[in-house]
Amino acid sequence: MNQTKGKTIPMPVRYLINTVLIALLVFGSTAYVNGGGVSGYVTKVLMVIGINIILAVSLNVATGYLGQLPLGHAGFMAVGAYTGGIFLKAVNAAEASGAQYLLMVAAALLLSGLVAAVFGIVIGIPALRLRGDYLAIITLGFGEIIRVVLTNIDEVLGFKLTYGASGLKRIPKITSYGNVLVCVVLTCLVIHLVMKSRHGRAILAIRENEIAAESCGVRTTYYKVMAFTLSAFFAGVAGCLYAGYLGSLQPTTFGFMKSIEILVMVVLGGMGSMLGSILSAITLTALPEVLRAFEDYRMVAYSLVLVLVMIFKPTGLMGQYDFSMSRILERVWGFFDRSKRKEG
Amino acid sequence: MAKSKEKLVPVEGGVIPERDAGTPPVLEARHLGIDFGGLTAVDDFNFIIGRTEIGGLIGPNGAGKTTIFNLLTNVYQPTRGKILVGGVDTRGKKTYEVNRMGIARTFQNIRLFKALPVLDNVLIGMQGQMQYRLAGAVLRLPSYWKQEKAAREKALELLSIFGMESLAYTPAGSLPYGAQRRLEIVRALATGPKVLLLDEPAAGMNPSETAELMENIRKIRDTFQIAVVLIEHDMNLVMGICEGIAVLNYGQIIAKGTPEEIRNNPQVIEAYLGRKGGAAGC
Ligand SMILES: Nc1ncnc2c1ncn2[C@@H]1O[C@H](COP(=O)(O)OP(=O)(O)O)[C@@H](O)[C@H]1O
Ligand SMILES: [Mg+2]
Repeated sequence: MNQTKGKTIPMPVRYLINTVLIALLVFGSTAYVNGGGVSGYVTKVLMVIGINIILAVSLNVATGYLGQLPLGHAGFMAVGAYTGGIFLKAVNAAEASGAQYLLMVAAALLLSGLVAAVFGIVIGIPALRLRGDYLAIITLGFGEIIRVVLTNIDEVLGFKLTYGASGLKRIPKITSYGNVLVCVVLTCLVIHLVMKSRHGRAILAIRENEIAAESCGVRTTYYKVMAFTLSAFFAGVAGCLYAGYLGSLQPTTFGFMKSIEILVMVVLGGMGSMLGSILSAITLTALPEVLRAFEDYRMVAYSLVLVLVMIFKPTGLMGQYDFSMSRILERVWGFFDRSKRKEG
Repeated sequence: MAKSKEKLVPVEGGVIPERDAGTPPVLEARHLGIDFGGLTAVDDFNFIIGRTEIGGLIGPNGAGKTTIFNLLTNVYQPTRGKILVGGVDTRGKKTYEVNRMGIARTFQNIRLFKALPVLDNVLIGMQGQMQYRLAGAVLRLPSYWKQEKAAREKALELLSIFGMESLAYTPAGSLPYGAQRRLEIVRALATGPKVLLLDEPAAGMNPSETAELMENIRKIRDTFQIAVVLIEHDMNLVMGICEGIAVLNYGQIIAKGTPEEIRNNPQVIEAYLGRKGGAAGC
């Protein structure tokens, strides 16, 4: 897809450069933030941005790449958040330290993702076997059911698990700028690596033309469920980070509007563009913070932005354009190459 | 293979070219039929395709030709009858499974993966031949590199049949119409089929493009040693390359035979031209 004329950078070199750049970004910025380079408030905003990036990028797998319209992404986030929250409390992560603490955090994130993924499979199989818009309806229902269940399950069954409407409190605050950033990078990386493989091509083929895909030997149901599950997994991870960021959870947080909020980020950025999802997650999270005084109008602004984008750029801001570090590097490389030749 | 047409010889279930008589037929339909509500779109359709035969399916618009392709690929489930691919009944199989059994097709209304590059369209066709798992992709294991590289090379080679290697990175949707039809054939070939079903491959092509296509279809058959079944309205193409032809009207076979037999069949002439000689069909 990214064929450039002239010099192309050999594969191992490209991977090395990308790895070094990512490592620099992660360690450099974490050191800067932890070293007090930015205020506590800015750090918090950065963490929320990171969580929203994971949510948008993961939803983009199901909407942009697979071409479905799930309306219950917040439901998977809720599953991840409560799983992570309950787990972190149970293992008493607040009192752990060192390697043990890291292990607990990693386990919480993984477990949250996995439980959300299981929900993804359970909902995805019946919903995705059918052609058409069933997924939108079923996921919409799922999101609401999760919220209602979280509110009522303790009262009905006498558990002391989610603490119903009063909320799950005193969750160890494990979320930091560093681990959010690592999760963002891993999420984007894994999704990127999947999409640039035969599995990703199968997912895109289904979006492009389901009948043709199946006629080409693509197991359409399998890949639809796979993409949907991948999407749910990372929503669960984001949920866990969210739980560890807030320290307490309320079922009402994960309502229908939260799902729509994430969907807006994806649509605004351009369905099928990871870079678009990232940029619009940043913009739509930072903007209300910048315009604190106008926060009452946030939802108005949301709708307005959506309408305007749909009128002037229906494919989203980035369309389906995707980010490629090597493409940029190749440009830079080519530029130096040319200027060197000119001098000589 | 300069001369293409061979005598048709009878075998159980129909006639196939003499050279294929020694091997079992690749594709067979027996008493195939489908109803859409009250409408019988196809009824009692019987045909048999030899291992390297080029067969033709012709008939006026709405005769049920595309419906037969949809039945052969299990996009539709038949109401009556059965389909055998290499002797195996395909009843109850999914479309992708039928593809992996060796049936590949193109579409009358082109169905490419428009936003994706030409190369990826072909690579998606090779889905069934690549094995690396999800973990292999995420961890970029050697299996990923090896299979991707091999697939890429094979895809470019297939594209070169139609001289399309240089278009590998163009989005499929931005190709001219004729090239899109050719890409559909390449994509179908990439699935490694035993039978290639082409639904109006020459539609929208000019006479020189059609002539070239005719040569290429023959070349594909000779190189890959596969069978081809094509639906076409261009009689020069059909009569030029098909060895056995079935004529369909209102969902029923009204004639079967060699191009010569079909050309001179009064029932066919009537179906196409009408009793009084008006220009119907096509
Ligand atoms: N999915 C369907 N539902 C109802 N009727 C159909 C369907 N598919 C095809 N038909 C009908 O079957 C008949 C044959 O159509 P088709 O196979 O497309 O003809 P053609 O020979 O031109 O390819 C037409 O009358 C068409 O309306
Ligand atoms: Mg047709």
